[in-house]
Amino acid sequence: MTTTTAPTGGGKAAAATADYLDQRTGIGTAVKEFARKIFPDHWSFLLGEIALYSFVTLLISGVFLTMFFVPSMAEVHYEGPWATMNGVEMSEAYASTLRLSFEVTGGLLMRQIHHWAALIFMAAIVTHMMRVFFTGAFRKPRELNWVVGFVLMILGLAAGFTGYSLPDDVLSGNGLRITDGVVRAVPILGSYLSYFIFGGEFPGHDVIPRLFTLHILVVPGLILALIALHLFFVVLHKHTQYPGSGRTNANVVGYPLFPIYVAKAGGYFFVVFGIIALMGATMSINPVWNYGPYDPSPVSAGAQPDWYMLFLEGSLRLMPGQTEYVLFGPDGWTLSLNVLIPAMIVPGILFSLLALYPFLEAFATGDKREHHLLDRPRNRPFRTAFGVSVLVAFFILVLAGANDLIATHFQMSLNDITWVFRILFFVGPWAAFVVTKRICLGLQRKDRELVLHGHETGQIVRFASGEYIEVHKPLDAHERWLRVQHDAIRPIEIAPAEDSRGVRRQGYRLDRMRQRISQVFYEDRVEPVTPTELAASHSHGEHDALGSDQEKAPAQLLAEGAPTGGGRRLRSQDETDPDTRNT
Amino acid sequence: MKALAARRHDRRAPVVLLLLALLLTGALYAVLSPTSADAAPAAATADQVETGEKLFQANCATCHGPDATGRDDVPSLVGVGAASVDFQVGTGRMPMQMNGPQAPAKPAQFDEEQIAALAAFVAALGPGPAVPTAEQVDPALGDPANGMALFRTNCAMCHNAIGAGGALSQGKWAPNLWEVTPTHVYEAMVTGPQSMPVFNEATLTPDEKRDIIAFLDLQGEGAPGGLDLGSLGPVSEGLWAWVVGMGLLIGAAVWIGARSS
Amino acid sequence: MSITPVNGHDDHEHGDTAGSDVALREGENSVGKFRNPGFGPHRPRRSDVDPAANKRAERQVVVLFAISILGTIGFVVAYFALPPGETLASMRTSNLALGLGLAFSLLGIGLAAVHWAKSLMNDHEKAEDRHAQRTSDAGRAEALQVLKDGADDSAIGRRGVLKGALVSSLALFPLTLALPLIGEVGEDWNVSKFKRTLWAKNKKLTIDPTGRPIKASDVTVGSVVHVIPEGLDEAEAPLDEKAKAVVLLVRMDPRDIKSEQGEGWSYDGIVAFSKICTHVGCPVALYEQQTHHLLCPCHQSTFDVADGAKVVFGPAKRPLPQLPITVDDEGYLVAQSDFAEPIGPSFWERLR
Repeated sequence: MTTTTAPTGGGKAAAATADYLDQRTGIGTAVKEFARKIFPDHWSFLLGEIALYSFVTLLISGVFLTMFFVPSMAEVHYEGPWATMNGVEMSEAYASTLRLSFEVTGGLLMRQIHHWAALIFMAAIVTHMMRVFFTGAFRKPRELNWVVGFVLMILGLAAGFTGYSLPDDVLSGNGLRITDGVVRAVPILGSYLSYFIFGGEFPGHDVIPRLFTLHILVVPGLILALIALHLFFVVLHKHTQYPGSGRTNANVVGYPLFPIYVAKAGGYFFVVFGIIALMGATMSINPVWNYGPYDPSPVSAGAQPDWYMLFLEGSLRLMPGQTEYVLFGPDGWTLSLNVLIPAMIVPGILFSLLALYPFLEAFATGDKREHHLLDRPRNRPFRTAFGVSVLVAFFILVLAGANDLIATHFQMSLNDITWVFRILFFVGPWAAFVVTKRICLGLQRKDRELVLHGHETGQIVRFASGEYIEVHKPLDAHERWLRVQHDAIRPIEIAPAEDSRGVRRQGYRLDRMRQRISQVFYEDRVEPVTPTELAASHSHGEHDALGSDQEKAPAQLLAEGAPTGGGRRLRSQDETDPDTRNT
Repeated sequence: MKALAARRHDRRAPVVLLLLALLLTGALYAVLSPTSADAAPAAATADQVETGEKLFQANCATCHGPDATGRDDVPSLVGVGAASVDFQVGTGRMPMQMNGPQAPAKPAQFDEEQIAALAAFVAALGPGPAVPTAEQVDPALGDPANGMALFRTNCAMCHNAIGAGGALSQGKWAPNLWEVTPTHVYEAMVTGPQSMPVFNEATLTPDEKRDIIAFLDLQGEGAPGGLDLGSLGPVSEGLWAWVVGMGLLIGAAVWIGARSS
Repeated sequence: MSITPVNGHDDHEHGDTAGSDVALREGENSVGKFRNPGFGPHRPRRSDVDPAANKRAERQVVVLFAISILGTIGFVVAYFALPPGETLASMRTSNLALGLGLAFSLLGIGLAAVHWAKSLMNDHEKAEDRHAQRTSDAGRAEALQVLKDGADDSAIGRRGVLKGALVSSLALFPLTLALPLIGEVGEDWNVSKFKRTLWAKNKKLTIDPTGRPIKASDVTVGSVVHVIPEGLDEAEAPLDEKAKAVVLLVRMDPRDIKSEQGEGWSYDGIVAFSKICTHVGCPVALYEQQTHHLLCPCHQSTFDVADGAKVVFGPAKRPLPQLPITVDDEGYLVAQSDFAEPIGPSFWERLR
């Protein structure tokens, strides 16, 4: 590329470059196709970007760290500026971590940025998944992308776990030891799996180099490939959008990629990196020099993993120990259900539910349509309640993983806290489900109320008869549309078990099961207001004057249960009734 | 001489001599043993012991008994030594305000002289560990690297890797050590207060104890990487990642997604 | 500030919600439902109507970019002026200065770009049509035909043996990669090593980490000693051995001992237990001398040392294995033998 002093030199050079590239790659087609691609605008659509950008931050800071880190378990003696480590015997991995933290200018910053970015990466993935889940963005055609995202979350856990152990300090070493204990509990293969991981007995000499290769090559490679696939799907499907005026299932409304999102999303990368840098500058993270080099004998209070693994720790802490059995006689085989249940079965169930939920919901809904308009969480009470209850279960396990800190900070007994969490683990999710579902249905009723009767204006009017009423201002078309645009999904209906000649048909049992699941999902629901109901409600003031055979009064309509369905009826809503009007 | 010689032949003489010898041994032991068992502080005067006894009867005897031998759940103070008193009373743990899983540290109820008097009185009850000298607890004379290695093996499991404290069972806890004076750290090791085990001079030599004090002296001054977040490990880091990190990031996202006015 | 509409229309002028794909519009205009009212009115920003506000926004963006430049300069200065040095304070200063420089450098760019996009770039929303993901029937038929043509060309359908050979060779070749990997990755695969430790008859108990032998008379009641076997450093793999052999030694009043795992395994109130938790293998070491309880900081299994280290709380099932000890002629504590059972977490063939 040459620049000339001519005023149009820059433009000419750009044109020449573009021509050169296009002749060889046909890039013009791609530019035409993608440069002005429309993306909808909403803050919650940026949650996935936090994950993406913190991953880029991880790559940048990670490459820096690999230049100084030595993944070796060979023993050395440390000599350096950190007084409490002088002359101490430690592995080269630990010594090089100290060196890159204390003797490489900017090394400590990069290390802290790397670790904060890892915590943010997982937090952003989880938050992004919550957004996708609660808005129903995983529905057809995006089920596969949900699965890709789920695998990315698992890989994120793997990346965090493998990296966390690399400095070979006491804290992460005890984490590896717990891993060893959990792996050994696997029936039949356990001991061999332990040898597989550690190259012989724990801790051995192989695990740090092996984790290093996984951490810097295999796992990030897979993550990069899957991120590419994840984003490819986003482009292919076009982004979902929230419901609203003018937005339909057949369009996508928003701003063009160039220039709006180049600036906004590109700028957000710098914001994410900048905020993580700010954290790395001001807040200490994983100070391995406090924990000391790994040695199988010591352990420190507060022995916990990073937050995303904390639920496993909590799960292990809550499990009572009675469930370890010896099968087939006193010298038989040992089955450690006290480890297997909390460390594998409980997370297995939680993760399977998460991965398979889109398929479960599609099965229950019986819906084959594509969905590009997001749900408002209140309009899908079962899904929202289910998601909240899984989150509550997860959160209780996380808290249980921090029970010793809760004990010291709130001056309670560790044992009592453990018992409370043992009970809460079963009661909490159930209670959260019931409460969330009621809240969702209540919010939907509130929406109906608002559509039917409008906003309260605070103006009180007195009729000649002496009656007082508050004047309500009807919603405009845009406000109303947001509250009436959705479908209330009803439980699926199935063909009867026997045909007209009394022959039992095939596949009835499956259909019946499906219907039952569907009823669990959609039995309780509130239907959106229809134009007929609204008209009836507006004429409500004069309904005494109207012939009842022309139009039913709203109270009557409601009494018949038509709009609410599911056998649950809305309370008849009389605008002059002070109780309902002012709630 | 004759009389003596005559008496020597008395049949009772061996018995008397034996009694005399026993008395002498007993008296010698009584005089010498406290000092030889490194207990009573050299400066303990009879005055101090007397003041101490008065203080003890007024403040401690209700629980520990007028003869300090304790009862049921209250430990006997015979033989606990001056170090124990200096630690328990000097950190305000004793006298206890109320029953609980363990006695918490609080502002000391007595001044230094009174504590020394109490310590002298209790030390006089029976031999026990003495209050360490200033040299024994001088952090400047210890090796913090060795101290950290010893701390890691012997103390970190309860007190956290650098002494931030941690939980024990049934509402008990191991306290934070950053504000504890070197003398009190030494006394706690040597006497094993409450749940804490004893680390006598054989299991941790006085030099090793000083190394541990030297290590602790370097802690609690913050972290090279910025705010230490309580030095509590990954849980507090996770909390801060969510509250500060995700808080700021989502705040920025909301700003980006909001329409400009 | 006009921008060419994408795919046809700039929406705010006409609230048309047309999209071409019928499959995506199913159920949209069914009777008994409200109709989509179309786009609402566009609300102009202050910078759209007020040239002064526009100019001000531009200046703000420039200032933000300038902050970024200053941040970078600050970083470079800090790099040369504030190396980490030897003290905690100088390390913290260096980290803080470099980090703030970097943060300002990045945040300046980020905030500037976003502010630019929000306040100065065109903020008229645009709409684009979606199309169903499914390929049209004709397209599918063509795709099938292409595959069929290919299959015909290869005549794979008629060559059964060839097909079998292809599948077999592809299925078998990964063995060449997997076999050496699986064969070598677990060293000698001799998992019976889990069942032995370095402890043996007359092996002295020594203090961890100094290696001093312990005289029984030196252990006072209420004290706890972390113990490793004598000569651990000479072992072939010291850390592997240490991971199995660490022991916690406790002396209590002999009258407090309620039970032991074996007759005569303690010495005058001194008991020794494996420090490796029978749950998942953390070192159990929080000894509360008043209650004789031993708590694991990882998952809070609690063992009663006075009662044969039985589990009194938490996720472990089995007691910590007891090391039988006695004293030798010089009064040093020694082991009577190795542990009577495998130490540490359970595994499938533990009792075999």
